[in-house]
Amino acid sequence: MFAASGDSMLSHGMKQTGSISIHHLQAVIFAILNPWIAVGILLLLAFFATYMIALSWADLTYVLPATSLGYVLLALVARFLLHEHVSPMRWLGIALITGGVGFIAGGPEITVYSDTAKPVNQARAVAASPPFDAAQGKLLAKDARNGAPGARL
Amino acid sequence: MKAVYTWSAILVIVCASVVGDVLLAHAMKQVGNVGVVWRREGLVAVIRRTLGNPNFLFGVTAMAVAFFSLLFALSWGDVSLVAPAAASLTFIGNAVAAKIFLHERVDRRRWIAAGLVAAGVALLAG
Repeated sequence: MFAASGDSMLSHGMKQTGSISIHHLQAVIFAILNPWIAVGILLLLAFFATYMIALSWADLTYVLPATSLGYVLLALVARFLLHEHVSPMRWLGIALITGGVGFIAGGPEITVYSDTAKPVNQARAVAASPPFDAAQGKLLAKDARNGAPGARL
Repeated sequence: MKAVYTWSAILVIVCASVVGDVLLAHAMKQVGNVGVVWRREGLVAVIRRTLGNPNFLFGVTAMAVAFFSLLFALSWGDVSLVAPAAASLTFIGNAVAAKIFLHERVDRRRWIAAGLVAAGVALLAG
């Protein structure tokens, strides 16, 4: 909801600002003074904070699909509030995107914590990390400072 | 010509977003479960750990690049094209990057889903 409403407000604000020439990049900075863009930025910051919290206990390929419901909201906002034309083909495209990400979100192994295909890596991760209860999203060890399982960049 | 500008900006958004997402995901795993840390040490500790993580700072920088590219793209194209197209391509890029850099499991089911997303993007662009 934060992402969809934030993007919509940014769009409305940038349409008020008008097209920005690539030779006048400073116009982007002044665009922030537009109230619509300022509120849009605040909403996107709220999205960012909740996104970070989710990433702290879930896998990237789990969190990202979960945010896809925003596309549906965005299409509805674009159509009914911003009065943009959304053609049937675009509606179908949005439906495919939503279906695709929903397909992944419905998978049985959505986080790296339940990855059993790489026992060596999993054993290494478990050995290097505090015990983690994936079902409850809780770290079981006292000190979580050195990271949760799956932090293997 | 605006279509070229729009899709160029979308490409920059996708690249910057993928780099940012991977770095931020890695950083938050290093920080630990925010709920647990918050209850145990307080909100200040959560903020201090997060803001003190170099991966988080680099990730935010990449996200800032993506954000300003989004502003450019939104000034040239419809939000119902720019936002879903950039986000869905970012999703595919993240699936590849997560497999390579975060060693996440991306199985056949996930690649099929990525194909669905790509088809959706093609329809959006048409």
